[in-house]
Amino acid sequence: MPGSVATFIWYLGTALELGFVVCSIWRKAFLRYFFLNLYFLLAVGSSFSRHFILAWYGLTSDQYRYAYFYTDALLTLALYMALVSLYSHVFGELHFSKYVRLSAVLLLLGTAGFSYAVVAQSSDRLSTNFAYQLSQNLYFVGLVLTYLLWGAVLKLRETRTRVVQFVLSLGLYFSAYAAGYALLNLASRYSFVLFIGPVLGCFLPLSWTITMWRHNDDSRLMPAHLVAVPR
Amino acid sequence: MMAALIFVISLTTLLMFFVSYCRSLMASSSCHKLSKEVRDVTGIAASASGGDFARVMQLLQLCPERPEDRPGLKAVGIYYRLLSMLEKTVARIVPSLHIWMEQERAGCANFAVVLLDRRIAFSREILAQQGEF
Repeated sequence: MPGSVATFIWYLGTALELGFVVCSIWRKAFLRYFFLNLYFLLAVGSSFSRHFILAWYGLTSDQYRYAYFYTDALLTLALYMALVSLYSHVFGELHFSKYVRLSAVLLLLGTAGFSYAVVAQSSDRLSTNFAYQLSQNLYFVGLVLTYLLWGAVLKLRETRTRVVQFVLSLGLYFSAYAAGYALLNLASRYSFVLFIGPVLGCFLPLSWTITMWRHNDDSRLMPAHLVAVPR
Repeated sequence: MMAALIFVISLTTLLMFFVSYCRSLMASSSCHKLSKEVRDVTGIAASASGGDFARVMQLLQLCPERPEDRPGLKAVGIYYRLLSMLEKTVARIVPSLHIWMEQERAGCANFAVVLLDRRIAFSREILAQQGEF
């Protein structure tokens, strides 16, 4: 079993994820932000299934390894869909939603093809390696897409507070996750770097819950206040 | 080498998103009209200056806390400290940044004043509820 700190962060993250779903039902926004809710529901489901497999088979078992990598790939896919749904919110009024969905599917297929090409050389544990590779590549694509979405938010002068703060929180999450991952490679001998990823996992549901709780769909902000350098 | 490059790039985007996140928090409270009580307590007539932040934070600590304000206040507090640090270092080398940083610090102070106003209203609500019993 993981240590007490790691277990605490795990439970806290799961509670916060569940908190977001409850909050969005309470604020009558479950269907409007369906893919964000779906991501957190899948995350909660993954946590439970990982917990049971961990308790049943142990941390070093093949079963837990498979469960971990497959649920991770599934969650990354769900987060990717959540990001695409935010694109639909931003571009919805321009009637670009159909093109956004089509581009997202093509990009996903391209990423999956690239991931397969990378792992195809090694026949050993092909499916697990593919799940891991797809997950990593989708995180990178997610970071780039969030950056582009933020550019679109500024360009289109988006005023909906909820949408703006959802996009910014996602950008913070992806950037911090990428930085944490790089730090893990740079300074793996320090034990604190192992906790960066799980702690960041708590940040996203927390900030989205606060946004959902504090603002309604009518909340607006001045787009001019968002740009750091006045135009 | 690659990991170091990814680290630097992701830290840069992290900083950019953090600044924008703090600005969105401040922008969401910019439409708030200050009550007479908070204007009397703080001595701020229309809008705060960057130097007011520390004083308003002290006043905030005297009021009952609203849990939903805590993360936003923490983020803006970090942003304010970052700006103050940059003002003492970078702004001395590039004086044109000084005006922009002062505006940002004033924005942070205004955000804190709005939270103070909300906390005062919250305290009044609690007192009114206690009075009903």
